[in-house]
Amino acid sequence: MSRVRVLVGTRKGAFVLNADGMRDRWDVSGPFFAGWEIYHVKGSPADPARLFASQTSGWFGQVIQCSDDGGATWEPVGNQFDYATEPGTHQWYDGTPHPWEFARVWHLEPAPGDPDTVYAGVEDAGLFKSTDGGKSWAELPGLRTHKSGPDWAPGAGGMCLHTIILDPARPDRIYAAISAAGAFRSDDAGQTWQPVNRGLRSEGIPDEDAEVGHCVHRLAMHPARPDVLYMQKHWDVMRSDDAGDSWREVSGNLPTDFGFPIDVHAHEPDTIYVVPITSDSHHFPPEGKLRVYRSRTGGDDWEPLTRGLPQEHCYVNVLRDAMAVDSLDECGVYFGTTGGQVYASPDAGDTWAPIVRDLPAVLSVEVQTLS
Amino acid sequence: MIRVVLPAHLRTLAQVDGEVQLQVDGTVTQRSVLDALEARYPMLRGTIRDHHGGQRRAFIRFFACELDLSHDGPDTPLPDAVAAGAEPYLVVGAMAGG
Repeated sequence: MSRVRVLVGTRKGAFVLNADGMRDRWDVSGPFFAGWEIYHVKGSPADPARLFASQTSGWFGQVIQCSDDGGATWEPVGNQFDYATEPGTHQWYDGTPHPWEFARVWHLEPAPGDPDTVYAGVEDAGLFKSTDGGKSWAELPGLRTHKSGPDWAPGAGGMCLHTIILDPARPDRIYAAISAAGAFRSDDAGQTWQPVNRGLRSEGIPDEDAEVGHCVHRLAMHPARPDVLYMQKHWDVMRSDDAGDSWREVSGNLPTDFGFPIDVHAHEPDTIYVVPITSDSHHFPPEGKLRVYRSRTGGDDWEPLTRGLPQEHCYVNVLRDAMAVDSLDECGVYFGTTGGQVYASPDAGDTWAPIVRDLPAVLSVEVQTLS
Repeated sequence: MIRVVLPAHLRTLAQVDGEVQLQVDGTVTQRSVLDALEARYPMLRGTIRDHHGGQRRAFIRFFACELDLSHDGPDTPLPDAVAAGAEPYLVVGAMAGG
C-alpha cells in the first residue's frame, strides 16, 4: 500500500509525519535539530530515502543535513556557500547599495535523476548546486551576476531565492524566483538567466511594470504541462502559458490576492490552490477564517475550501514553502501555519483535518508519496 | 589537554557531551584551539567562525578565566591556566531571548 511522508520545517526544528495511503492516522517524529530554524526539508525523487534539510541559526550559521533513511537519522554535510565571484552590492530597503552577504539556505531542490545532485536557493539571492550529496557546493553565478542584480532589493524576509523549479521536459531549463527581484529562467542549466516578469505590475516600485523588482512569493508548475506556470505574487495571482515569457492575472474572485504559497493538483494541471491573506500589513486570513481557495480552471474562478479549517478567530499565516501535494489518487493537499498546525486534505481540498496542532511556527511542508 | 566548553546547540551538532578535550601542539591560541576543534569535529566548521578568514561569527563570544577574549587577536596566547588545562576555553552564544 502506498504511504506518504510529510516533511515539516519549523522555527524550532524539523518533524517527519508518516501515514499510510488513507492519510487518517499519523506517526509524528521529531523535533530533529531542536531549537534551530529549519527552512526546508525535501526528499530526492531519485531516492526517496535521501532527504536534505536546511538548518540555520542567527548564532551558528548554516548547516545542511542529509538523511539516507527517510529521516530516521541525519548527518551534517557541507555548509560552505561561497559566491563564485566578488559579490558586489544589491539595493537595501532604502535603495542604497548593500553588500551581498550569504545568510541562509531557503530552499533545497533535489534533482530528479541523481540523488547526489541538489540545488540550493540562498539569501542573499544566489543559486548553488551540489553533485556530491551536499558535501560541497558551487554557485551557478550567472543568476546573481545578471546585469539587473545591483537593482534587486530584499523583501520583508530578506533577499531570498526561495523557489527552484526544474523543468521535467527540458533538463536544461530551470526557473528561480527571488523576493524582491522577480522570476528568472535559464535554458542552459543555470549558466545564463533572463528575467521572466513581463505582465507583472507591482505598486511600491518606481516603475510598476519594470523588468525586475517584483516581489514574487512563489511559483508552481504541473510536471505534465511545464510551460504553464502559476505565481503568487506579493499581490496578484498570475499565470503564464509560455514558460514565463508573459503573465496575466488570474486572481478573479479571490477575497484578497495577497498570499504566499501556490500549488497544483498532482493529476489535474488546471486545479490550483492558494491561501488568501488579508494584506501585506495584516498577515492573517480575512475575517479570521482560514480558507484555502481552489480553482479548477487554472485561475480566475475560485472556490473557498473550509471544511475542517477554523472559521473564526484564526490569525495565522501560511508561508511560501508551506504547501505541498501528494500524488495519490485522490490527491492529498497539505499546508502548515505559523501557529504550528499542519493540515491535511486526503480529498483534493474538500475536507481538512490537522495532523498536528502545536508545532513551532511552520516554515515549510513537503510531501513524499512512497510505494 | 585543552578543555573547551561549547554551547548546547554545538554540542548537539558535534554529538559530544560535556567538555571537549583537545591536544594542541605549540603555542595555545584561539586560532590553534579552534583549528584543533574543527579538525576533530568538522561539522563545526562555519558555525563558530567563517570558513576563510576565521572571523568570529557576530553572535559568538569567547571567554576564559573570567575574561572576555572575543576581541583579542586570534594568535594571542591564551591564559596559562587554559594552556595548562586548569581552566576551560568557553565558546558562548551571545545572550539573547529575554
